[in-house]
Amino acid sequence: MLIIEDLQVELAGKMLLKDIDLEIKPGETHVLFGPNGSGKTSLLMTIMGYPQYVVKKGKITFKGRDITHAPLNERAALGIGMSYQRPPTINGLKTRQMIDICARRKVDAEEMARSLNFEEFLDRDVNAGFSGGEIKRSELLQLKAQDPDLMLFDEPESGVDIENMALIGTTIAQILEKDTPRAGTNVKPFVQQRSERTKMGFIITHTGYILDYVPADKGQVLYNGILACAGNPREIFQCIGRLGYEECVKCTV
Amino acid sequence: MYSLEELEQRARQAVGKKAAFGDDVDLDSFDKSFVPHKYLAEEEICAIPEEEQQRLIMSGLDVTDTGRGGTYFQKDTTVVHCHSDEEGIEVMPVTEALKKHDWVKEYFWKLVSVDQDKYTASAFLDLHDGYVIRALPGSKSIYPIQACLYLDKENLQQNVHNLIIAEEGSELHIITGCATSPHMKRGVHVGISEFFVKKGAKLSFTMIHNWAEEMSVRPRSVARVEEGGVFINNYICMKPVKSIQMYPTTHLVGDNATAMFYSVIVGTSGSYLDIGGRIYLKNRGCRAEIVQRSISNGAHIINRGHLIGEAPDIKAHLECKGLLLSGGIIDSIPQLEGHVEGVDMSHEAAVGKVAQEEINYLMSRGITEEEATSTIVRGFLSVDIKGLPTPLKQEIDRAIDRSNKDAM
Repeated sequence: MLIIEDLQVELAGKMLLKDIDLEIKPGETHVLFGPNGSGKTSLLMTIMGYPQYVVKKGKITFKGRDITHAPLNERAALGIGMSYQRPPTINGLKTRQMIDICARRKVDAEEMARSLNFEEFLDRDVNAGFSGGEIKRSELLQLKAQDPDLMLFDEPESGVDIENMALIGTTIAQILEKDTPRAGTNVKPFVQQRSERTKMGFIITHTGYILDYVPADKGQVLYNGILACAGNPREIFQCIGRLGYEECVKCTV
Repeated sequence: MYSLEELEQRARQAVGKKAAFGDDVDLDSFDKSFVPHKYLAEEEICAIPEEEQQRLIMSGLDVTDTGRGGTYFQKDTTVVHCHSDEEGIEVMPVTEALKKHDWVKEYFWKLVSVDQDKYTASAFLDLHDGYVIRALPGSKSIYPIQACLYLDKENLQQNVHNLIIAEEGSELHIITGCATSPHMKRGVHVGISEFFVKKGAKLSFTMIHNWAEEMSVRPRSVARVEEGGVFINNYICMKPVKSIQMYPTTHLVGDNATAMFYSVIVGTSGSYLDIGGRIYLKNRGCRAEIVQRSISNGAHIINRGHLIGEAPDIKAHLECKGLLLSGGIIDSIPQLEGHVEGVDMSHEAAVGKVAQEEINYLMSRGITEEEATSTIVRGFLSVDIKGLPTPLKQEIDRAIDRSNKDAM
């Protein structure tokens, strides 16, 4: 479980996030809406542990451990992972080697890359010259190898063409254990499958496309550094579409 | 034909001539006299002490000769082993070859000027030995020929002259190591190398340096590449050394000739490394690429790159990247010279530190800051060298890995 209490965050001396309270329970996936510059990426980077995001107040707890000031790699080791919107290029490091780093062991990269249709990129340098969609698939492949319990997705749809959207959407649903439960005689009943889910997700979305693939449990709107409303993600998304962020925030606060 | 007298006269006149670049080495303070060593049979090479074997392996010389097409091994001033296993490839000591074969004189001092500076002059006047490696027309070798120039005697000036000839349509790979014995500290190595890549031939030359902290090194090498020929010149130097100054030059004289220079340099505190690369593109369709990667851990590193386009429809690129890890200076000096319309020349140069953004990205995948940094540095050094046979590629990767472990 991720618990954020009364969080206040600064970047380069400027206040970005205020009074953030958030709770993601095992098995839950939340969706984060908000206009450009509202602090969505900052919130994800703070949870991941980027040191430039300075926590001035409040507390982040994950799996019962206070990680407010823990370094990035400790959070990764505890089971937090992130899919970045614009990750850096690592020259000379092959994607194949990066997969091993994420998995903390030697893995069959081909096998893992197959479902993401990414085998031909394994011998390319990490993110070097990748298109928007290729970056997303690379990030998902890394997350798949890392297999964290809490996954943070920064705009997984951006720069992705329609054809690849389905691939990315279903992959996210699958790694978050949100894909359609299996049916058949030898499988556990749906209710039990659902209650046994442990993966947690937190997804930033602008377009809402991801909602077509991932049945999210909760939606939140971040506006001017404040988490303004929480509720049914589809309903919030419709409200934003019809009235705009400002009105939407007003009507629910 | 060459005239020995004329060469000697020119050399004598250049004895005091300082080099255009690099610090001046007082050659008079070193010993140039011959050091006798016993010739070693193949099985005897395997029996040399473990510590020395390790030094040799680091420089690409595999004493067991596995995966090698032939060996030239010179200790101080004396050839201690020389043989070729590959059909169509000749390996000979240069002094012996000059006596036995008239054709060798056609190549001796044909590309490097004997009066370029005091080092070339000294190499002529007090030549110890060196190798002639020649691939006969049409011969193809997959396994590289290994050549090792080893220094064991304290305060020696080793003078070497190498001739490398890839005849028409041949393919030749050479891995050459220069190293000092574990106890040695001070010395000079002067190495003249002349490369002849004939029509349609392909030559790769990989040089790995493992010097000592008080060694001064002055290689002088020039290559000539004919129509459709390919010359790949790799240089790896990651161990402490007092100073190295070199400016290998290649003349692409035939249509569609290609030259590629790749260098990987890690300089430690107290080292002065002035490493250049110059390629003349003299005919249509010539291609040239220079890729330099330098890391300074307190060294003063100068990277010079010079591309000269003299014909239309040529393409040349220079890429020079430096990382300052812990102090030192990296001075990157790329130069492009286009002489006619229709040349396509470019360069990119960068000097900086390991990007924090990249370290953080890797840390968020679960590794520590130190592991992340060394992963990025390893990637920085892994230059994608094209056109090498797989065993040689792996060899270079291993050499970089080994040195990288020491450098970090």
